[in-house]
Amino acid sequence: MTRAQTPSVPAPLPLPEPNSLRVLWRAFGYLRPYWRTTLGAYLALVGINAIALAVPQFIRWIVDRGIGGKDTPLLFGAVAALLALTLVKGALRFLEGRWSETASQNVAYDLRNAMHRKLAALSFSYHDRTETGQILSRAVQDVDRVRFVTGRAFLRLTDGVVLMLGSAAMLIWMNPRLALLALATLPFLAHRAFHMARRLRPLSLAVQQQLAVLTTRLEQNLRGARVVKAFAQEDAEIARFDRANTQWFDLSVRSSRLQAINEPLINFIANLSTVIIIWYGGTLVMQGHLTLGELVSFTTYLAQLAQPVRRLGQIIPALAIASAAGTRIFEILDAQSEVRDAPDALPLPPVQGRVRFENVSFAYFRRHRVLDNITFDARSGQIVALLGMTGSGKSTIINLIPRFYDATEGRITIDDYDLRRVTLNSLRDQIGIVLQETMLFATTIRENIAFGRPAAREEEIIKAARAAQAHDFIIATPNGYATLVGERGITLSGGQRQRVAIARALLKDPRILILDDATSSVDTETEQLIQKALERLMRGRTSFIIAQRLSTLRMADLILVLEKGRIAARGTHEELLRTSGLYAEIYHQQLKRKDER
Amino acid sequence: MNVIARSTLSGAAFFAAESKGATKQSPNRESGIASDENRPRNDTRIFHPSSFIFCSMSISIGAASAGMGPRSAIEDFGQYKEDRAFDFYIVARLLEYLRPHWRRMAAALALVLVSSALTLSAPYLIKIAIDENIARGDAAGLAQVALLLAGVFVAIYFATAALQYLLSWVGQKILATLRAQLFRHLQKLPLGYHDTHIVGVTISRVINDVSVINDLLSQGVVTFAGDAVVLIGIVAVMLSMSPKLALITFCVLPLMMLATWLFARQAQVAFRQTRARIAAVVGDLAENISGMRVIQAFAQEEETQEHFDEVNRANRDAHIAAMTLSFIFLPTVEFLGILATGIVLWFGGLAVIGDELTLGVVVAFLAYVTRFFQPIQELSQLYTTMQAAMAGGERVLDLLDTQPDVRDVVDAIEMPPIIGRVELRDVSFAYRGSATEDAEARMSFRAEREISSVSPVAPNYVLRDVNLVVEPGQTVALVGPTGAGKTSIANLIARLYETTDGAVLIDGYDVRAVAQRSLRRQTGIVPQEPFLFAGTIADNIRFGHLDATPREIEDAARLANAHEFIAALPDGYGTAIQEGGVNLSVGQRQLICIARAALANPRILILDEATASVDTLTEMLIQDALARLLAGRTAIVIAHRLSTIRNADLICVVNDGRIVERGRHAELLAHGGLYRQLYERQFVESQ
Repeated sequence: MTRAQTPSVPAPLPLPEPNSLRVLWRAFGYLRPYWRTTLGAYLALVGINAIALAVPQFIRWIVDRGIGGKDTPLLFGAVAALLALTLVKGALRFLEGRWSETASQNVAYDLRNAMHRKLAALSFSYHDRTETGQILSRAVQDVDRVRFVTGRAFLRLTDGVVLMLGSAAMLIWMNPRLALLALATLPFLAHRAFHMARRLRPLSLAVQQQLAVLTTRLEQNLRGARVVKAFAQEDAEIARFDRANTQWFDLSVRSSRLQAINEPLINFIANLSTVIIIWYGGTLVMQGHLTLGELVSFTTYLAQLAQPVRRLGQIIPALAIASAAGTRIFEILDAQSEVRDAPDALPLPPVQGRVRFENVSFAYFRRHRVLDNITFDARSGQIVALLGMTGSGKSTIINLIPRFYDATEGRITIDDYDLRRVTLNSLRDQIGIVLQETMLFATTIRENIAFGRPAAREEEIIKAARAAQAHDFIIATPNGYATLVGERGITLSGGQRQRVAIARALLKDPRILILDDATSSVDTETEQLIQKALERLMRGRTSFIIAQRLSTLRMADLILVLEKGRIAARGTHEELLRTSGLYAEIYHQQLKRKDER
Repeated sequence: MNVIARSTLSGAAFFAAESKGATKQSPNRESGIASDENRPRNDTRIFHPSSFIFCSMSISIGAASAGMGPRSAIEDFGQYKEDRAFDFYIVARLLEYLRPHWRRMAAALALVLVSSALTLSAPYLIKIAIDENIARGDAAGLAQVALLLAGVFVAIYFATAALQYLLSWVGQKILATLRAQLFRHLQKLPLGYHDTHIVGVTISRVINDVSVINDLLSQGVVTFAGDAVVLIGIVAVMLSMSPKLALITFCVLPLMMLATWLFARQAQVAFRQTRARIAAVVGDLAENISGMRVIQAFAQEEETQEHFDEVNRANRDAHIAAMTLSFIFLPTVEFLGILATGIVLWFGGLAVIGDELTLGVVVAFLAYVTRFFQPIQELSQLYTTMQAAMAGGERVLDLLDTQPDVRDVVDAIEMPPIIGRVELRDVSFAYRGSATEDAEARMSFRAEREISSVSPVAPNYVLRDVNLVVEPGQTVALVGPTGAGKTSIANLIARLYETTDGAVLIDGYDVRAVAQRSLRRQTGIVPQEPFLFAGTIADNIRFGHLDATPREIEDAARLANAHEFIAALPDGYGTAIQEGGVNLSVGQRQLICIARAALANPRILILDEATASVDTLTEMLIQDALARLLAGRTAIVIAHRLSTIRNADLICVVNDGRIVERGRHAELLAHGGLYRQLYERQFVESQ
């Protein structure tokens, strides 16, 4: 729906800066545990280069002395040595690749594990701010980019530099004047390679982005197919898609043109130096200053020289990209969780379930104040119902109890333990939660129910499912409790998911129970089932429930009516009817409707 | 020689296989979606015939690091039907797409021939330089040959650049055309298609499969021609220079083919494994991130970490295993190259010593030998491309061949302005080929899973002999248990599906006789799940009426009780809707959908009442907005909560595909049938 903007010509990619070098340095630090294999790979690299530099000399011997000097034994010996050296080189290459790959794949593995660990430790406020897609792309693509640099990219870079310097040295050693002449094209080559890499990369990024736009356009169209058809907007949709498509085509063609002009140009420059060598070198041979074998080996070195230059042109941008990727990765790894165990945190002993809020205020990101001076006392076993409009602070209150967030001001206690003085795990272990968006994992129903207590026995699981009114539909599924949920398995309806979530909370047998918008997107019958399950679940526990229905309100020992982050009224249903205008209004709206039926 | 060509290739392969789009620029194989990211691109297969020559001496030495990496064995992310290398029908249909560009393709072919010939001529020129100029001390001749060589290189440059540009242009044009064609086609497909196909899969058809086809069409065809020419040319030149030496050298060929074949088979499996493993990592991570609240709520961080570690480790090991294969393969290829070089040096050298050959021939041979292996590698890669294109092509053509089952008849008339009388006459309806109970549920937005296992059995009627007349301006409520057929009735009125028997008439016009668009332009729908498109709130409200003024948008929002909350947002109507509208509450999304329908100002409104619960006050806002929206229009309301339909002019109780009761609220209550049961159940439960 957004009008696509005409993509501007992207700016050339900047070269790595000192700051990004620091990021790279840190990324390379992940190689430390694998220093043996890394060192091995670089040693193998040295061996490979030594052989690569020696081989042209063999060819020189073969041409000059073997063939030119008609020395058959030398010819045979040199050819055999060439093959033997290649075998050794092959073995070294295998080791080099294997070792460096192992090390860098381990870097990726460690990074991903570290990210996962960090993400699990970060509090809700972090996850509120970040999008799943973004984290995923960091954990997948960005890690891969860093891995690439810590592994093969840097190896190839070193390889290129060593080979280039070695070849240049050999050239100069063999014939300084011819060498300088041959090396003359090198700066051009380097310039073109760098120039090309820096200009092309942003352009190809723009192409990819435009493809992403195209994909989004398509996805939106498919997901909204019903709306598109209902509003007869097919033509407008086609026009929109065509616009994005045309833009993609234009960008792609521009990128192709750049490539078509520049890529062969690099080859052309390299080839020109060959012409120079043949011409001038040939002249030298004729004058007797150079042997034919030397000329042949000269061109070999020259080829080895040109290759790394081009490679550098590709790797330097990769370094810049990897450092940007590394920055994004370390941003996650360095994120501070706003909710952490205090250094002297104690495990919370089994609680009775008395929950007290003392002058609690809370502001998201320290700006939007959503709770203002909340004080209440929920005694063990009580049902506390929270009522109020969207954004009045109901969800925030229940999120503070398991410390998904920390209160900005005031304190919360359970059985007189300040929440901030106990360990998170021991606290959350005693709280059962049925969240608003029922999230199940793509595994079996059994594992989903046993999520909080993986060691639970089968009978316990079934008991929980029965209590949650879920048993009947579960055994009606193809594999009963072993049925997979999610994409690879069956799709559960909203009501079914909810009942599994209730069973999950029940199995934990928590002292404190939190229910957020527990009945949504289900039909009347299911709602009834869930209602029954919930009543059973709340029995004998301190329960906090975001109330949507009168039956819950009637059941509650304490109703908190929230308005703009404050408790506007509190009491039982009967009390509130008398004392609170807001409550009475809400109540009568519902009652009025019921009377009319 | 073709050290340079090779190194370009090796660079490309090396980057493609390694950095996954991080560094490689590729016009044709962009990775727009994540699943595509792991696929290396091989567009550099476009020729680099400009590679030279004298450097042939260097042969594979040092440079042959990675001529043909794993890329040769990597195909698309996704499952292919294997063993299908060639299907003439598919190829023929795909080649059709080249037809509009035949001039460019012909030019490309000509350029391939020219640049191949030029490339092959370079080693020959060097042979001349050595044998006839350098050996005989002919400086002037050497200068001439050198200039000629430089000229050849210039020509090669232009030919290559033009060729590369032409091929990319055609390739991208075909991509754009195919995508546009698919998109158009998707707009024509009935909702039934969208209900039964996973969105991601369809996207992958339009984005990935299409680019695989393009690989074959624009690159493959020319690569094949070019490689064949080069191969034949080299064989011919080598045979003409020295038949004996040529035949001896060709002995390495079977070994090379064997090695390539073995590797390709292994690598295909190994790299498929890596894709499966990384997909598992992504899947696990995605699930854990979106379930992080649950994980933390249940204090399961450690257990989840352990599981992720397993998946992560499997991914690492699969990658190392796959790369190890190429670490074996590449040195093997390099060794075979050197073996061929050794053969040339040894036998050629002996021949030179025996004065049977000149040194120039040996040098030229060295150049041709290296050049020789490249087309073979590329051709084996082409086979993989072909396989991928066959599978991709089949899927794309399948999609294009899917016939929309709701189509305008040839002589469809424009629906005149609707007054609003709706009649269903003896309507029966069965979903095509599906016999599942949850047919109705499938039609909701949620149901995106592919229902392929459903066997095409005898039609299972969702509706039977439904008769219903709605007078202009009336509100009709459809109630009944889930799966009774309520949604089907509504869909038939909007002609989102075609009736199996009977007819739907609007103002006396059979909906099948009128153009779909003219009908739908006058009908509005408020879906059960409030779907918002990415874009601004204003964009969403004006969706059905694109040229609406800001004033009209605001009026519609006011009518829908949405203006207040929209105006309170920092960017007001310009607020961008995030993916799936997550930045708005369900209630707010519903209000926006109501505003959208209000702005479109349809004569007939279909309202699928939302079941998602919203807080009491928002619910009141919604009810209030709906009451205003419905006023003066013919409305079909699919009701889930009986409380909302007390005022309906007619309530139809649908059960098992039939209207079992009809009447007003009080009448139906008095009647004491199913409606009363439903009503009492709801009433009791909210006590």
